[in-house]
Amino acid sequence: MEIFQFLADGFLIAFQPLNFALIVFGCTVGLFIGAMPGLGSVNGVAILLPMTFLVPPTSAIIFLGALYYGAMYGGAISSIMLGIPGASTAVATTFDGRPLALQGKADSALVAAATASFVGGTISVALFTAFAPPLAEAALAFGPPEEFALMMLAFATFIGLGGDDIPKTFFSIFIGLVFSAVGLDIVSGDPRLIFFDLPGFYHGINFLVLAIGIYGIGEMLWTIETNKGDVIISQAKISFRRIMRAIGALRHSIRTMLMGSFLGYFVGILPAAGATPGSLMAYGVAKTVSKDPDSYGKGNVDGVVAPEAANNAASTGSMLPMLTLGIPGSPTTAILLGGMVIWGLEPGPMLFVNNTEFVWGLIASLYAANLFALLINLAFIPAFLMVLRMPFTILAPVIFILCIVGGYAPTKDMHDVWLMLIFGVVGYLMRKLDYPLAPGVLAIVLGPLAESSVRQSLIMSHGSFGIFVERPISAVIMAITVVLFVLPIVKLVKRRRAEL
Amino acid sequence: MAELKLRLSRRAWLLGLATGFIASAGTMATSEDALAAWEPRKPVEFVIMAGKGGGADRLARFIQGIIEKHNYSPKPFVPVNKGGGSGAEALRYVRDKAGDPHVIMATLNSYYTTPLRNPGIDVDIAKFTPVARLAEDTFQLWVHSDTDIKTVDDYVKAVKEAGPQSWRMGGTGKGQEDSLVTGMLEKKFGIKMTYVPFKGGGTVAKQLIGKHINSTVNNPSEQAGFWDAGKSRALASFTPKGKLSGKFGNIPTFEELGYGTDMVYYMQRSIVAPPKTEPDVQAFYVGVFEKVYKSAEWQDYLQKKGLIPGWLTGKELTAYFTKEREAHRKLLKAAGEIK
Repeated sequence: MEIFQFLADGFLIAFQPLNFALIVFGCTVGLFIGAMPGLGSVNGVAILLPMTFLVPPTSAIIFLGALYYGAMYGGAISSIMLGIPGASTAVATTFDGRPLALQGKADSALVAAATASFVGGTISVALFTAFAPPLAEAALAFGPPEEFALMMLAFATFIGLGGDDIPKTFFSIFIGLVFSAVGLDIVSGDPRLIFFDLPGFYHGINFLVLAIGIYGIGEMLWTIETNKGDVIISQAKISFRRIMRAIGALRHSIRTMLMGSFLGYFVGILPAAGATPGSLMAYGVAKTVSKDPDSYGKGNVDGVVAPEAANNAASTGSMLPMLTLGIPGSPTTAILLGGMVIWGLEPGPMLFVNNTEFVWGLIASLYAANLFALLINLAFIPAFLMVLRMPFTILAPVIFILCIVGGYAPTKDMHDVWLMLIFGVVGYLMRKLDYPLAPGVLAIVLGPLAESSVRQSLIMSHGSFGIFVERPISAVIMAITVVLFVLPIVKLVKRRRAEL
Repeated sequence: MAELKLRLSRRAWLLGLATGFIASAGTMATSEDALAAWEPRKPVEFVIMAGKGGGADRLARFIQGIIEKHNYSPKPFVPVNKGGGSGAEALRYVRDKAGDPHVIMATLNSYYTTPLRNPGIDVDIAKFTPVARLAEDTFQLWVHSDTDIKTVDDYVKAVKEAGPQSWRMGGTGKGQEDSLVTGMLEKKFGIKMTYVPFKGGGTVAKQLIGKHINSTVNNPSEQAGFWDAGKSRALASFTPKGKLSGKFGNIPTFEELGYGTDMVYYMQRSIVAPPKTEPDVQAFYVGVFEKVYKSAEWQDYLQKKGLIPGWLTGKELTAYFTKEREAHRKLLKAAGEIK
């Protein structure tokens, strides 16, 4: 088959000494960039892009691809270890990763994250290899109504996320939606919800600022209050046998891993979505279909596996529209796309025809990058666990400083640092009053996407909601959404009946 | 406990090392002060009036790449996206940085329209310091290649047959370039379309190829990939006769098709500095961008992506900005966006 011929050629390119060294280097750098709160793959790729002029384009994209992957692995590390999301793509990983660490199971959470990332990455590269052109066509079939249907599907999976207290879940979602509306109205172009006339609100509320506040600062306050820090975390032990055992235990999570991989990949392909919504949706779906949804958020390994498989799969997925359509599927690929222009390549439908060496060299290198990111990650786990042995009195100020840096880095605006601190206190209070945080976080990510797609759809149909059911793809997704919305309510009613 | 002490001391050692580096970097910087011509002493903030990933952002990062590659500046240019409020955030930021020599901004047409539409931000672009105009980006009228529409006449007929309710024109946000060009089309041909706003030109192009909208007024760079693959068709170019060269030059202009000379619209790609920038600082930036303009990469990009070259600096650039601002005031009034 032609594909295997191309792929074999690609491997020859990826294993040239320079390219191979760049894969290893890129994975390692990416791992640390991803692990630093506030610095994610977007920043890493943007900062290192100018360095790639020193090497040929194929080597350059191989390096940046490896870095992108490494960052996806790395993001999980600080989410699990410190409770601060290392990158926006790793926010969902804090939901269960942090509780696991607090129970002294940081090692199994880290192993689960690394393994799931590997599986997600590999499955998605395989899908990429086999079906790139037809999948690009499928992405084109997604117009505004289909995007909106997909957003509704994501929200539906999150109704079940907040546990039995549906009113509190709704409250959390609505607060998130209000925050997501701050900034520029995409249709009229007018500024809205500019609180106290502060210019910092013009760029909207950055999602990462909110997440770092709620999870980083809020989590730290919570830990101080409950004084869990010193007692349990420091018991985290590490040995080769424990790692092997943790990998073995993952056989129960294979289904979740596969689900996360396919879902993440597909969401990644859709332009404008990217790995952050992908990972959050995978978490929501994993919880909804789980036999034991109550254990999510309290330290379920599947809650780490689903988003981590999904964010790596989505990062590969988002390269597909970049290469085949010239449209970025995520902020990081948007910058990669800029890089391709500088290297003198023309991303778009003709790239697969005119630059086979570039395309297949990249695809082959992604297989290799995946493997190396896994190995490097596993090798570093003991070192990461050392951090946890630090007494909380030392760790707390470190977390605090990392949160401040993380709040400042995305926008370089002090306004966002203050905002992050406020969100930290709000997050702590919400947790104390037992309001679920995850649905609110999802709402602020998906809110703007949902808003623009519903408004575009209604402009297209001149106000008729029929557009969502007249179009086949959108109709199918909407039908699934309705089922998912109703499911938790039916479950709840059934349980009430049983109790009577 | 002993172990902890050891680790702490190692940390202290590393900290010392880092401080040393920073200190020596500091002395290097001061020694540069002795040079006669002004040069940046720290990284230059390269403000972009749009979010990450859009056409303006990609272009600014491309320019940054050229500067890095050829070492045109002793200190790096660091892109900072301030896209909030159609660039209102960036305009306000640069205005407040008056006199700061380490800030410059890449502009697009929201440089005119945003202050006109939001008088509240209190920005007068005539007070900004001009650096250089690097190019003017162009607009074309695009349809999907599966349609029978081959000429502007076909297009006007098709829009009229479909009616304003079902003919969808895609573009960027309301009051921005695409919607102004759409307004020009509607006025010229007495047609009405449903304007669907999307986040960026790349998304607009994709929506056309996915057949979710019927036509666009994309820049060449946004449609080039699909055009090469035979997925889209350019009907006419919003440029004066003979201005565009290369493959985009083969697209007929509205003027050539006999619709008069008024169907022309450009997107300017310029660099400005904050108000009250010192002349020697201004001279440094003009020098850097002159090199960028003359670089093979830039000239090649202009040719490939259908931009019109047009170096402009100093007073002429300010005059150009004020002239364009007045033209946009008229366009916005006609579109009912401002009074």
